[in-house]
Amino acid sequence: MMKQRYNTSFWIAFAIVIALLILAPLVLPEFWRRFLTEILIWGLLAMSSDILIGYTGMVSFGHSAFFGLGMYGAAAALLMVKPPNLWLAILYGLAGSAIIALFVAYFSTRLRDIYFAITTLIFSQIFYVIIFTWTEVTGGENGLSFRRPEFGIPGVWTAPFTSATLHWFVLAVVAASYLIVRRITQSPFGMVLQSIRENEARTRAIGYPVERYKMVAVMLSGLFAGLAGVLYAIQNRFAAPDFVYFLISGEAVIFNVMGGIGTLVGPFFGAAFFLAMREFLSRMFPYLASVLGIPQLAEFPYLVPLGIIFILMVIFLPQGLLGFAKRWLNR
Amino acid sequence: MLAGIPWEIIAIQTVNGIVTGMILALVASGLTLIFGIMDVVNFAHGELFMLGAYIGVIVLGTSGSFWIALVVSTLVVALLGAAMQISTLRPLLGRDPLTTILATFGLSLVLQNYALWQFGPVARKIQEPITGHFQLFYLDYPWYRLVIAGLSAAIIAALYLFLKYGRYGVWIRATTQDRVMAQAMGIPVPWVHTMVFAIGAGMAAASGVLFGPLVGVNHAMGLDWVLKAFIVVVVGGMGNLGGSILAAIFISLLEAYASIWVSPAQAIIVSSVVLVLTLLFRPTGLFVPTPK
Repeated sequence: MMKQRYNTSFWIAFAIVIALLILAPLVLPEFWRRFLTEILIWGLLAMSSDILIGYTGMVSFGHSAFFGLGMYGAAAALLMVKPPNLWLAILYGLAGSAIIALFVAYFSTRLRDIYFAITTLIFSQIFYVIIFTWTEVTGGENGLSFRRPEFGIPGVWTAPFTSATLHWFVLAVVAASYLIVRRITQSPFGMVLQSIRENEARTRAIGYPVERYKMVAVMLSGLFAGLAGVLYAIQNRFAAPDFVYFLISGEAVIFNVMGGIGTLVGPFFGAAFFLAMREFLSRMFPYLASVLGIPQLAEFPYLVPLGIIFILMVIFLPQGLLGFAKRWLNR
Repeated sequence: MLAGIPWEIIAIQTVNGIVTGMILALVASGLTLIFGIMDVVNFAHGELFMLGAYIGVIVLGTSGSFWIALVVSTLVVALLGAAMQISTLRPLLGRDPLTTILATFGLSLVLQNYALWQFGPVARKIQEPITGHFQLFYLDYPWYRLVIAGLSAAIIAALYLFLKYGRYGVWIRATTQDRVMAQAMGIPVPWVHTMVFAIGAGMAAASGVLFGPLVGVNHAMGLDWVLKAFIVVVVGGMGNLGGSILAAIFISLLEAYASIWVSPAQAIIVSSVVLVLTLLFRPTGLFVPTPK
């Protein structure tokens, strides 16, 4: 009975949020429309990382590798196959991130906790170095740029993306991914992952092959991160080594912690909060500089106050914004 | 000749490898010390290295003496490290060690971006204190590089002696072995943690000043080092001081030999291969005795 009611209210809330996100591009100006699409994409990346952080208890600092390979995979499909095909871009991007995820999963799941975090970080930096220095294939520092593919089936029916239709496309992909990941985390497989998080030794003692489960979790997570990379590449029409750099992985972790780990929705809140704060701070400092008459202040990096907020949240708000809101509502 | 490479080149690369290896050992031993005693992976270690180098630049500019800059920068960054530990890591004591990675990652973002704003994107230069050269085969090899290696070795040796015989060193070792028991014996464990973090920070700053003359000082210089230091710490066996020193020299030598064939930027791939092999065959670390 309880479960039934909980489910109904979940679907109502889900439908309302999706409806709002569908309507948003109709009222928002161009800049904020793009901004909203970007939040969805970064939220998808953060949610993929939540499969590991929140459900399996492994913090990955290497998600930029999956994200970046998704971007480069999409770039490969869009540059090599004529005419550029949206679905092929997604397929290539997923394949690229899957290969990398298999590699990373095989080696790094031998380690736990901090060691896992460090090894994933080191692996992602290796891919960064390879992509950065292999100029003939990857375009090196400048990356690759390409034209945005058209929506539809090439040869049958196509329509170019506008910023509104792109938003709807991204929304559809992200919403589907969310439902799939939610289903996975509630499946018996997801339950095993959570039991690994709670007590790895006991899970192994019951007879589950913990290493295999962890590897599958890393690969799943990597696939969705790669999907986020493909979407980002299609939105911005380039692939660049900056997005393989570990700062992107760090941001994915920050989104998780800010929003609330182990909730799947939290990472989206975290991404929205982070990006909104970034916009706010990078407008506030030039304003403050002109009001206070200190010209150097205009260039003040937004990551300094945001980093301090992040540290404070790690110390005082370990459940993140969503957990805090939940507790506050329940009071 | 060895496999088509002249002996001179091999010898020169060996010297280069040992010199960078000693600096890396200095960075990594601070990291290992901090990890070994408080289970904290200090993501901001590279930023302490970078801040040390910048403070070195400033003090060198005002005092004119490299050695004063080295000492002042070490002390200032050690104090800063203590402040960082008290303000951000002490509240996290007893929580999941992973939260300390997050907190120090936040610190590293803050410090790095602040340095970029404060000092600008243009690299600063530290003048070498010793400008003499000697003949190493066909190269004019600077004496300063050997001085760095010697000084790093001296600092590491001093740390070892301090841990072995110093009163506070014994406190540190006791806290590493058993935190609760040390507390029961009257050792102020929270302050031992602060002291260890300060020592690690000071060592990072010292290596930053020492290494400054070889490369430019810029806001992102710490990243490469902290990454290599992480590899060293995993390969050497986490929390194992002797192991990470050996691993630092081993990896630097390998990278030096590798850069005979590939560009120095790609040489890090070699150390990652070592990392992968270590993870496959000896996940506890290359330079630790086999657990019974």
